[in-house]
Order: sequence, then structure tokens, then C-alpha cells
Amino acid sequence: MQKMFKIVVKISFAATWLGVAAFMAPAAFAAGGEAPDSKVCNDKENPPKDVVTQGGCIVIDRTKGNCNACHQVPGIISGDIATRFESMAQRWPDKAKLRAQIFDASKNNPITVMPPFGKNQILTSDEIDKVVEFILSL
Amino acid sequence: MKKIFILLSILSLAAGVMPTAMADPAADLKKFQDYFKKRFPTVPFDEFSNGMYALPGLESYRDQWMLYNEFPPYELGLSLGKKAWETPFKNGKTFASCFKNGGKNIAQGYPYWDGTTNKVRTAEMDLNDCLKRNGESPYADLDKDLEARVRFAQLVAYFYSMSAGQRLKIDVSSPGAVKAYEDGKKFWWQRRGQLNFACANCHMDLAGKNLGGNQPLSAALGHTTAWPAQRLEWGRLETIHFRYITCNQQIRAKPMKHGSDIYNNLQFYETYMSSGLPLTAPAMRN
Ligand code: HEC
Ligand code: HEC
Repeated sequence: MQKMFKIVVKISFAATWLGVAAFMAPAAFAAGGEAPDSKVCNDKENPPKDVVTQGGCIVIDRTKGNCNACHQVPGIISGDIATRFESMAQRWPDKAKLRAQIFDASKNNPITVMPPFGKNQILTSDEIDKVVEFILSL
Repeated sequence: MKKIFILLSILSLAAGVMPTAMADPAADLKKFQDYFKKRFPTVPFDEFSNGMYALPGLESYRDQWMLYNEFPPYELGLSLGKKAWETPFKNGKTFASCFKNGGKNIAQGYPYWDGTTNKVRTAEMDLNDCLKRNGESPYADLDKDLEARVRFAQLVAYFYSMSAGQRLKIDVSSPGAVKAYEDGKKFWWQRRGQLNFACANCHMDLAGKNLGGNQPLSAALGHTTAWPAQRLEWGRLETIHFRYITCNQQIRAKPMKHGSDIYNNLQFYETYMSSGLPLTAPAMRN
């Protein structure tokens, strides 16, 4: 049993980027406004169909966006490194600019620590679009 | 918005200590240590040897750490390391015969530049050399053989524990040493991996910040003083090179080999940057 536990720990560690072992408090299900429930994201039988939830799942997936390692995302334990994700639609009236920030943050700030999600192919183009839809819901 | 500005100013502070073309370790050292003294003015210098637990805002982590220090989980590993150190070789000699002062109070000078082999030498290399010279087999295959690496980490931990409290003093006076230092320094500042991080991003720019809300980042000042160390997550003593490997993996960069010249030089650079701090190895870490 202990062995199995170790294996599980090992796998989850390997799959993590930044090694952040977040024990997420499940948030109530809602399409947008806050982080989706991890149960909703991991439901293989019935995966979320709306892009906002899909985007939210990418944002909190430690192997994908893991945005909450740095940004405070409502509804989930988050790091304190960067801005809080809030009123995004007001702050980013131009969707293309928001997308560009996520695609390659070093364009706006060459010494940023934010990973260049599109440029380094951490996320696909389609995934970035969904992330944009989700954060605009915050 | 205010946060962005604070962040930007922190980042540009770090940019201010970026390496210049001229190799001047003593000037680098002053800039490096001054950066942390200014960033964390309330932290007494020696406290930096305690890694992330020294930093303001992480008091709850420190309280927890003090609790596990009452019965340190590394004690068992350390006692196995002591046993390995004291057990005679087949020829009757012990490790103590290979080291100045029987191995006591010398670890503060490690790693050191060796002008004869033209390489940085770590405690691990000298311990393995001792084994070979006495007809014993060295600890090998450390990237793949977890058990060998952990047994080695236990021995190295005991070696360092015999110098506990000694202040780091690394000699970078020869041109060869400066070259190795430069090599380590370059690695330290260079961004790498799919996530595009330099060591300096996490352990200078973001020192004291909390990644993901449950993984605070230590200041680089004090790095190496506690190693070999035991993390709760690992449940075993590990080498500093294994820590480097895992830091590289976190950012999806290809890790270097355990014991490779580049990691030796990185360790040489990092240790020199912590000059004057007392050794605390082995220690517990998050
Ligand atoms: C390792 C840290 C880190 C991660 C992970 C990260 N960011 Fe950032 N992000 C930053 C920092 C730092 C800034 C501040 C601006 C700068 O550095 O240029 C920032 C700025 C931003 C901004 C502009 C400021 C704002 O709040 O409007 C947006 C939008 C943004 N990030 C989106 C994202 C998204 C979406 C993800 C995940 C897919 C993400 N970030 C992941 C560090 C990070
Ligand atoms: C993405 C972030 C990140 C990057 C990049 C990174 N590290 Fe780390 N490092 C961590 C975390 C998280 C820890 C564990 C918490 C701590 O002690 O800082 C850690 C711990 C360490 C420690 C142990 C500190 C102690 O007091 O016990 C050392 C030494 C270290 N890192 C060196 C490096 C070096 C050298 C590099 C570059 C090759 C590097 N790190 C790159 C995140 C990072």
C-alpha cells in the first residue's frame, strides 16, 4: 500500500511543472467566475463542453497552464508571485493583446518570469484561446 | 497595478546584479550578498544558512520546521553515514586517513579548485577517491542507482556534519578557479527549459515568494550550507546535485549528470556566493 502511495506520488511529481503539489480545495461548479472543480475537469466520461470551463481546466492543470502557481485565481489555492486574476474583461478590452501576453510575455517585458506559453509550445493555440475565454470570465 | 510595479522594480533590482564581462569574484560576491541584505534587512546574516525558513512572511513554515527539528527525520540516515565513515576498509584504514585533520572542520573549504587536475573537486570526489586508493569500490551510477546515491548522501552528510558551524571559505585566487567560477556563474544566470527560467529567477527575483501557495522559494544566499539535506517530500537524505537536477526538471530543462563538471562548477559558484555563512548540513527542508 505504501509502495503504491509512493508510485502515485512519484507520478504526480513527474507530471508537475514547478513541482507545485497543490492540494486544491474543490470549488463549487460554475462556468467561469472562478476555477472549475477539479472533479469536473477530470471527468473522463463526461468532459466539460463549454470553452470557458475547458479554459479554466487548462489554467489550473499543473501540467498545462498552472497559472495559479503565480497568479491568484479565484476559488483555488494560488501563489503570490504575480497579479490577481480579476476584472479581466475590463482590464483587457482588446482580446488580441491579452492573447499576446499569454503567448509570449517577454514581448512586453524581456525580464519577466512568466513562461512564454505559446512561443515555447507549453500550450497549443487552441488551448490559449480557451484560457483567454476563461480569464475574461473572471 | 501597484503589484505589477513592485514586481517590476524587484525584477529590475535583480537585473542590476547581472554579470558583467569582467571576472571579479570578490566584487560579484559583495553585490550578491548586498542584494539579499537589502531585500531582507531584518534577516540576520547567519540566518540565511536556514534557507527559506529565514525569510520574512514564512513564519508558519519556520514553526513547522522547528517542530521537526526536535526529532529530525534525517537522524537515521546520518547515523548510517557515520557508520560508513567509521567502518574500516579491507586494509584496516578508514576514511579519516584520507583527510586533513581526520576530516574534521575542513568541509567549509569544499568544493575547491584543484590546480593539478584542473578541476573543481567536491567532497564526493574526495570520498570516492579515498575508496579507490584503498582498494574499495566507489559510489557510482548516481543518476540511476537511487540506493547508491542515498547511501553516498548519508556519508557526505556525516562528512559535512563534522564541520557544522564552520564558515564557508572558498579560494578563488587562481586563474583556473576563476574560470570554473565563471562557468558556474553563467549557468546560474542563464534561462533554460521550456518554462524559460534561470536559477536566479527563482532564488533571487522570487526569493521569499510562494509558488502555488505552498512552495515558498529560498534565497540563493545560504544555498549549499544545508546539503546533503532531507526534504519531507523525499523522505531521505539527498545530494546537492540531486537538488539541482530536480530544479532543472521543474522548468522542463534537461538536467545535467550528477557529478558533472558543470554541476561542480555551479556548486563552486553558489558556495562562494555564500562565503562567510556557517555550515548547517544535514538539515530538513520543505
Ligand atoms: C511563473 C510565474 C507565472 C506564471 C506561471 C504565469 N504568469 Fe502571468 N504573469 C507573471 C508575472 C510576473 C506577470 C507581471 C508582468 C510581467 O512580469 O511582465 C504576469 C502578467 C500576466 C498578465 C498581465 C497582468 C494582468 O493580470 O492582467 C496576464 C494576463 C497573465 N500574466 C496571464 C497568465 C496566464 C493566463 C497564465 C497561465 C496560462 C499565466 N499568466 C502564468 C507570472 C506568471
Ligand atoms: C521554478 C523555480 C526554480 C528554479 C528555476 C530553480 N529552483 Fe532551486 N528550488 C526551487 C524550489 C521550489 C526549491 C525548494 C524550496 C527552497 O528551498 O527554495 C528549491 C531549492 C533549491 C535549493 C535548496 C535550498 C535550501 O536551502 O535547501 C538549491 C541549492 C537550489 N534550489 C538551487 C537551484 C539552482 C542552482 C537552480 C538552477 C540550476 C535552481 N535552483 C533553479 C525552485 C526553483
